Amino acid sequence: MRRDRIIFETVRTTLTILIALLIGYVILLFATDKANEAFKWFLLGPLSTKRRIVELLNRTTPLIFTGLAVSVVFQAEIFNIGAEGQLFFGAVAATFAALYFPHIKFLQIILVMLFAMAAGGAWAAVPAYMKAKWNASELVSSLMMNYVAFFFGLYLVNYHMRDVNAGALVSYRFPRTAWLPRMLRRYNLHPGILIAIGFALLVWFFLYRTKYGYELRMVGKNKEFARFSGIKVENVVIYSQIISGMIAGLAGAIELMGLYKRFVWQMTPGYGFDGIIVALLARNNPLMVIPAALFISYLRTGSYVMGRMTGIAPEIVVMLQAIMILLITAEAFLAFWKRRMIEKSAMSREE
Amino acid sequence: MKAVQMINIVKVYPNGIVANNGVNFEVEVGEIHSLVGENGAGKTTLMKILFGIEQPTQGEIRIFEKPVHISSPHDAIKLGIGMVHQHFMLVPSLTVAENIVLGMEPTKAWGTTIDMDRAVEMVNEVAEKYGLPVPAKEVVLDLPVGIKQRIEILKALIRGAKILILDEPTAVLTPQETEELFVALKNLAKKGMTIIFISHKLNEVKEISDRITVLRDGKTMGTYRVEDVTEEEISRLMVGRDVELVIDRPPAKPGRVVLQVKDLSYYREDGVRVLKGVSFSLRSGEILGVAGVEGNGQRELVEILTGLRFGATGSIVLNGEEVLGLTAYDLRRKKVAHIPEDRIEKGAAVKASIAENLISDRYYKRPFSGRLVLFPKKVIEFAKKAIKMFSIKTDSPLTEVGMLSGGNMQKVVVAREFTSGADLLVADQPTRGIDVGSTEFVRKKIIEVRDSGVAVLLVSADLQEILQLSDRIIVMYKGEIVGYFDKNEGLTEEDLGYYMLGVKRHDPDRVKEAALL
Repeated sequence: MRRDRIIFETVRTTLTILIALLIGYVILLFATDKANEAFKWFLLGPLSTKRRIVELLNRTTPLIFTGLAVSVVFQAEIFNIGAEGQLFFGAVAATFAALYFPHIKFLQIILVMLFAMAAGGAWAAVPAYMKAKWNASELVSSLMMNYVAFFFGLYLVNYHMRDVNAGALVSYRFPRTAWLPRMLRRYNLHPGILIAIGFALLVWFFLYRTKYGYELRMVGKNKEFARFSGIKVENVVIYSQIISGMIAGLAGAIELMGLYKRFVWQMTPGYGFDGIIVALLARNNPLMVIPAALFISYLRTGSYVMGRMTGIAPEIVVMLQAIMILLITAEAFLAFWKRRMIEKSAMSREE
Repeated sequence: MKAVQMINIVKVYPNGIVANNGVNFEVEVGEIHSLVGENGAGKTTLMKILFGIEQPTQGEIRIFEKPVHISSPHDAIKLGIGMVHQHFMLVPSLTVAENIVLGMEPTKAWGTTIDMDRAVEMVNEVAEKYGLPVPAKEVVLDLPVGIKQRIEILKALIRGAKILILDEPTAVLTPQETEELFVALKNLAKKGMTIIFISHKLNEVKEISDRITVLRDGKTMGTYRVEDVTEEEISRLMVGRDVELVIDRPPAKPGRVVLQVKDLSYYREDGVRVLKGVSFSLRSGEILGVAGVEGNGQRELVEILTGLRFGATGSIVLNGEEVLGLTAYDLRRKKVAHIPEDRIEKGAAVKASIAENLISDRYYKRPFSGRLVLFPKKVIEFAKKAIKMFSIKTDSPLTEVGMLSGGNMQKVVVAREFTSGADLLVADQPTRGIDVGSTEFVRKKIIEVRDSGVAVLLVSADLQEILQLSDRIIVMYKGEIVGYFDKNEGLTEEDLGYYMLGVKRHDPDRVKEAALL
């Protein structure tokens, strides 16, 4: 039975991806007369050069983090979609810590990370607390908090940490003590991907092997049951969101320390929302988040490569993502097949 | 002439449960035909298929000897099939007549406004024709359960039903109301109505039916004329072995007072006072039964006692300590166990595994976890032990609880609550909707925990259960204790029925004895 379900979900996910790609191809046919070439770049581009592989891996890192962050709250059946704002605010906090904390080798990196996690956690705590205390919809309040994080963060960076000598609206450059080391000599592959994979294992352990993870999952499976059993549901509602916010905040710090070495965003980077589709693809399983994030990163990278090589707008990938979200969340998609499979296995068990 | 023929029906549910596996079922026109079987045997599924709520995976249906395809209740109604559900489907704020004509309202000249007078007329006509009088102009909300059921029957009749399905209609009725229902049903059958009666109360089945079809594990065990079989034979066919209908209950040896409830009152959110100065005591090693028609304050009483409902006044003393207003978190740690009325909503997480369900009240302590980390091996070990001890039918402790049958699901709940080492066990409808075998099992276990020194508060709508298990009984009516019985020897279901309906009541001094003061 459990194996049947895994087969079913795998087939469904694969089919979903294929359908999305097919639709993407059809759209390309309308957009250009070199559709085949564009599609080839899109599909194979990310693996065509070493630089692009590095790009692919670096882009995977924040998606793993936000995918994990979203998985944690989704497992508790809490729809906090504030990972975007938590990541952004974590990045602002990281900028502050990188510029003003004592410049001590190695130690500062740790401090910047911790500070960003605290900031992300604090940001997530606001809707969490409002939910636990007044039953305010976390969906709405976390979404609104994204805007607050964005504008408040921009204010802090642009008015207090801006490098006036730089040609763009960016912060001062981080001191070298706040740079993540390079893992390859010629390419900027930073160790974020390893930290992210480590976190995926950690989150898995937390969810499936600790008391708090157990509480969290039970609240997600049946809140009334959890309360009836003597689990403090309000606590779970709060700490699950704070943990999620901390993971998202850390993603912001790693992105800046590893890739840009300064605060560079004048628009939200969108990783938080991509995290939702990563979590959906991974069915909220922390270990599955890794391949799911890699896949989304692959699509993204492919679309950029295609854009650079053919001039087609990379935003096409957003459409593909939307199609995939629709198909995966649509319970009825392929339900008939699932039903037949269940009937067959049930009847064979009877005999 | 055959009214219903269901031939070789197979139904597999989306969760993989095979509810019907080659069922054959035939009903003659004008007979009362009982469909019996344990819960999970497939009775309700079969009827849902007949009424078009579920689609069969395989099989053929004929109505009045014509092959049909019933794809929705709408089709079923057109074919002359009516169903009275276990849970009433009425709009409480509308009048009786409005409820009955809902969806087929007579309208005035322009077709824009409902012709209420005509509606009332229509209802009275049908009511008279079939001998089922109802107060057509009254609002449904406050009517007694027996009347609500009659409204449901009329709803089916006015739509031209010739085949009437009643799904466990007596589960919510008092003995007196059941009697009235039976008179009405026999009357309907005499007028040529075909009635399918679902129940697992065998004495009722014996009393009312012409023929009986027995289901077990989704298969037909046979159809019998009622005079050809005894209750014992039917139950053997249902369960597949001999069932002890009488449970051996040694006399109680009550000890110290565990729970003392004094003057407990509670106003519900809608301002209705659902508990009015309830007082009683409960000692270790005894079972106090709470009888009453559902909705007379029992649910609120249970939820207040187990820390799931707040805002009551009065006093609850547990092991010498005031606990009114504490949450389930606190009360669980003060050794209160609770079998809730609804196992799917509260008692279990159906999407979690059996093992995860079994530790939900103790996951935080040894041997299941240390400071932070769970010990999965210990959890599985315990789950395997519990599965064996409570004979839960499954192949693995990792099976999702939602995949189990109702009886096995309840065993999971019971296994957890009986092994929690509690001083007080609040058992709310512990055997509702589960099969005969599981019922017998759970009842025996309740006696066992009593004898191990637990104080048991047993709330049940099943009077047989109350009489069988309780050492003392209180009867609740409109939020008050109206009857108190110290010894239940010689007490019958009918006796309790009068108190449950508020016809009789003990004087306040006798009721005070429940508090053992």
